[in-house]
Amino acid sequence: MIAPDWFREDRLPHIYCTGCGNGTVLNCTLAAVEEMGWKRNETAFISGIGCSSRAPGYILADSLHTTHGRALAFATGVKMARPDLNVVVFTGDGDLAAIGGNHFIHACRRNVDMTVVCMNNQIYGMTGGQGSPTTPPGAFSTTTPYGSSEPAFDLAELAVAAGANYVARWTSYHVKELTKAITTGMQTPGFAFIEVRTQCPTNFGRHNKLRRVPDMIEYLRSHAMLVSKYDRLAREGAGVPEGTFSVGELVRRRRPVMGAKQ
Amino acid sequence: MSRVEFMQGNTACAEGALAAGCRFFGGYPITPSTEIAETMARRLPKVGGVFISMEDELASIAAVIGAAWTGARAMTATSGPGFSLMMENIGYAAMTETPCVIVNVQRGGPSTGQPTRAAQGDMLQCRFGSHGDYSTIALTPNSVQEMFDLTVKAFNLADRFRVPTFLMSDEVVGHMRERVTIPDSVEVVPRRPLAEGSLPYEAGDDGVPGFAPFGSGRSVHVTGLTHNERGYPDTTDPAAHDRLVRRLVTKVESARRDIADYEVTNPDAETVFVTYGPPSRTVEQVMRDRQDDSIGHLRLKVVWPFPEFALSEFPNAKVFLMPELNMGQMVREVQRHVDQPVIPIPKIGGELHTPAELVRVLEAHR
Ligand SMILES: Cc1ncc(C[n+]2csc(CCOP(=O)(O)OP(=O)(O)O)c2C)c(N)n1
Ligand code: SF4
Repeated sequence: MIAPDWFREDRLPHIYCTGCGNGTVLNCTLAAVEEMGWKRNETAFISGIGCSSRAPGYILADSLHTTHGRALAFATGVKMARPDLNVVVFTGDGDLAAIGGNHFIHACRRNVDMTVVCMNNQIYGMTGGQGSPTTPPGAFSTTTPYGSSEPAFDLAELAVAAGANYVARWTSYHVKELTKAITTGMQTPGFAFIEVRTQCPTNFGRHNKLRRVPDMIEYLRSHAMLVSKYDRLAREGAGVPEGTFSVGELVRRRRPVMGAKQ
Repeated sequence: MSRVEFMQGNTACAEGALAAGCRFFGGYPITPSTEIAETMARRLPKVGGVFISMEDELASIAAVIGAAWTGARAMTATSGPGFSLMMENIGYAAMTETPCVIVNVQRGGPSTGQPTRAAQGDMLQCRFGSHGDYSTIALTPNSVQEMFDLTVKAFNLADRFRVPTFLMSDEVVGHMRERVTIPDSVEVVPRRPLAEGSLPYEAGDDGVPGFAPFGSGRSVHVTGLTHNERGYPDTTDPAAHDRLVRRLVTKVESARRDIADYEVTNPDAETVFVTYGPPSRTVEQVMRDRQDDSIGHLRLKVVWPFPEFALSEFPNAKVFLMPELNMGQMVREVQRHVDQPVIPIPKIGGELHTPAELVRVLEAHR
């Protein structure tokens, strides 16, 4: 499934930790780009700051590695000025939902035609493991030494509520499903948001008894529940087991789009 | 052929941008700059351009930089508080050598200060506001005509040097109405394209690299991190950082004579006013009223990079007088280049100096 044509080999070695989930997500995204048949000179990759946001630097195409939280605003400028370019954004949970929260909801609302892949490791990875807006209540980090006391954002739900045309969530375990979801997002006009729950053994795992990579991946696999079942259980009032989250397609719709190809 | 119109400064700025080929505007409303956005919103779609009202100023400048990387001439307009919000991304534009134009129609500060009153309080912020070392270009119009002319010039300088370029206007010039001559066409100095075989950040003799817009097949990686000539991050090598940042500063500073734009009146004078923006108009009034050849005037239309050589156009100068709509921001820049006394004539609160106020200082220093 590797897409060697898109890899900037002269950028090796990469900065990701051993066992990091970001490489998998990058791979799945490039597989989706291949699937779409997009060309190098018609595709731009854009990101903010964070481990996840380093992804465009490893892709052989035009790429904009911007400032923390602002990737979607930069991407909006690119797409609106050149609607014929395919725009793909990589972002992290901190980049997207903390510092970039305002840009996130407005990019969804405008429904700008782009595909956004968020590597949600539930932590600020690059700065060494501080709590982010998606750190689950009770989880440990360097800034939540007694366990996080804040409710966490559900990024996919947020994108649905704010108006995105396509929203899906998978994990770095579900490579086939993830690739398919990203491809569908790329095919759907408008703002496509794909949240990927990824393992960060170095910073999330270390503080939360998931230091071993297989343990983290197994955690993601076993706590993911198909959205249809998840919603049914919620409807029936049965509730879902602690830590379970929904995966699959949350929404696919045809709201008016900005910046689409003519 | 050209046409003469009576219009507001902010409208003239928008018209100048359109004439210069600006095809992207991203902004967020703030007094006293809003008419620029409103004019662009009306006019851009009719010329195939894009206007977008972003969610804030951080987003506005980000979108402008994104648009600029597609090759478009792109601009935003704001005032003090919005300008402050833009600072991080202005540094990004400097680091990534993104040509773009940022208009600051200054108002009284700090903070929300005086939204409807004039000031020149952001002159040092536009030079030093972002973190790290960099250099920029800033132009200072004093009339509605110059809102048009200097906006055109700002785009040309931005493209030529690949730097964020500022039009540092103010409420007085932004909101005043005057006659403007609008030419049928204006000079356009485009970005130099990235030569075949050149690396994206390999600079020419002038220190400016060629530009490959997104979609041109050159696969350019653009990052705000310290990068090498390839554009790849290289953040720990002291020499790589030194080479890059020194070039960013030098490409602008070494062209200061070329970029400079100023007017000299009565070069033999012993008492010399140094102005930029609207205080120059009060000085002109004083000189008209008195028919006084012994008063000199240096009016700067470009303040950054600072043209210190312009001060030596007055070989007999015994004293420099500097009326500014702030507590003396550019005074220090002048002071560090001359041996003569430099007398600040600061004024804050939103009104221009009156001729009488300048005459009082003039009499005291003759
Ligand atoms: C304005 C600003 N504030 C703070 C930082 C420091 N910073 C860099 S990366 C980062 C967090 C990244 O977390 P996330 O977006 O979740 O990405 P991850 O590294 O986990 O993939 C922070 C806070 C910055 N670069 N810029
Ligand atoms: S800190 Fe976490 S997210 Fe960052 S590279 Fe290491 S494992 Fe990946």
